[in-house]
Amino acid sequence: MTTNGQPVAGTTIFDGDQAIKGYALSKMCMSFNDAANRAEFVRDEDAYCARYGLSPAQREAVRHRNVLELIAAGGNIYYLAKFAGIFGLDVQDIGAQQTGVTKAEFQARLLAEGR
Amino acid sequence: MARIIGCVTTSHVPAIGNAIAKGRQEEPYWKEWFDGFTPVHRWLDRVRPDVAVVVYNDHGLNFFLDKLPTFAIGAAAEYQTADEGWNLPAVRPFPGDPALSWHVINSVVAAGFDVTMCQEMAVDHAVCNPMQLLWPGGGPWPVRIVPVEINTVQFPLPSAARCYEFGQAIGRAVASYPSGERVVVIGTGGLSHQLDGERAGFINKEFDRKFMASMVTDPSWATRYSTVELVEQTGSQGIELILWLTARAVLGAGSGGGDVGVREVAATYHVPISNTAAGMMLLEPAG
Repeated sequence: MTTNGQPVAGTTIFDGDQAIKGYALSKMCMSFNDAANRAEFVRDEDAYCARYGLSPAQREAVRHRNVLELIAAGGNIYYLAKFAGIFGLDVQDIGAQQTGVTKAEFQARLLAEGR
Repeated sequence: MARIIGCVTTSHVPAIGNAIAKGRQEEPYWKEWFDGFTPVHRWLDRVRPDVAVVVYNDHGLNFFLDKLPTFAIGAAAEYQTADEGWNLPAVRPFPGDPALSWHVINSVVAAGFDVTMCQEMAVDHAVCNPMQLLWPGGGPWPVRIVPVEINTVQFPLPSAARCYEFGQAIGRAVASYPSGERVVVIGTGGLSHQLDGERAGFINKEFDRKFMASMVTDPSWATRYSTVELVEQTGSQGIELILWLTARAVLGAGSGGGDVGVREVAATYHVPISNTAAGMMLLEPAG
């Protein structure tokens, strides 16, 4: 399985290639389990990202708070959810962002699925 | 010998833990979901299990990509919980059962499943939320737990077929444990959902319904699918159905080969909770 294959539309399979590409970003996001690290990121984002050795693409994606860019840079949603949590964003916020709709529209779509 | 008295499978969405922490069970968004557990509470009051084998996936609390096991079994006297990044209050720790854990580990390794063995293991929302759904209200946990963790983060994931066989091996291990323990198996996660990518918000009710029916009548049904086919059908997090499948195989294994057959005691299916099609099933051995 390769990342280029994209076997499922709109879905990045988190395989070895992605894991290699995203390792620094994932490691930084994993550190956000600790509230002190979240506070440190907020205090000095540049220094925090530099400490984990993010690639330029990862640093830009972090700056943009953009989940699709973060995934393209090797991010994994389980760890990215910890990053999103710093800004009080839940999975519906990031679902809306990735699908290009408002959160209210994203929630309405899910509620419609239940009817 | 220890006896497996039933299987409960349930979604473990973090929002459930948030709703519990904030006491939102009676709010319209949540009431139907939480009320669905009333028959489970009645059943647990009646059958009084001693131990819960909890089949779940870690989401980046205990394991990271630096060292990521495919199958891991806890063998600790106690399992702590911790902040996963969202500032939720910690759930009180769970008592373990090291003797049963080691019996299961010894048995499944002898059966060809080379698991990672953990004497320290923090458990995340995939354990905490189902445990709080089954035994709400605080107080000491009435069961000891044996956590069984399966990788759903880093591909390649174990196939559905492999998970089914792993569950059978765990079931045979429990059934050969020389004690009178009453064991409930809990499978957490699912059902269809996807958090990442342009397909975020994906739900597949038809597939979920088929899968839930198969849990009763045709337990190995999902093993016909490859991992990528399951991602396509259920979403990139819906793949957590392999945890339900494993738990179902534990229940069905009995002490011999084949499947003992099960009876559905209760089931709910509710769309949505957060981004997820949420499901719960309570199954008992048919005999």
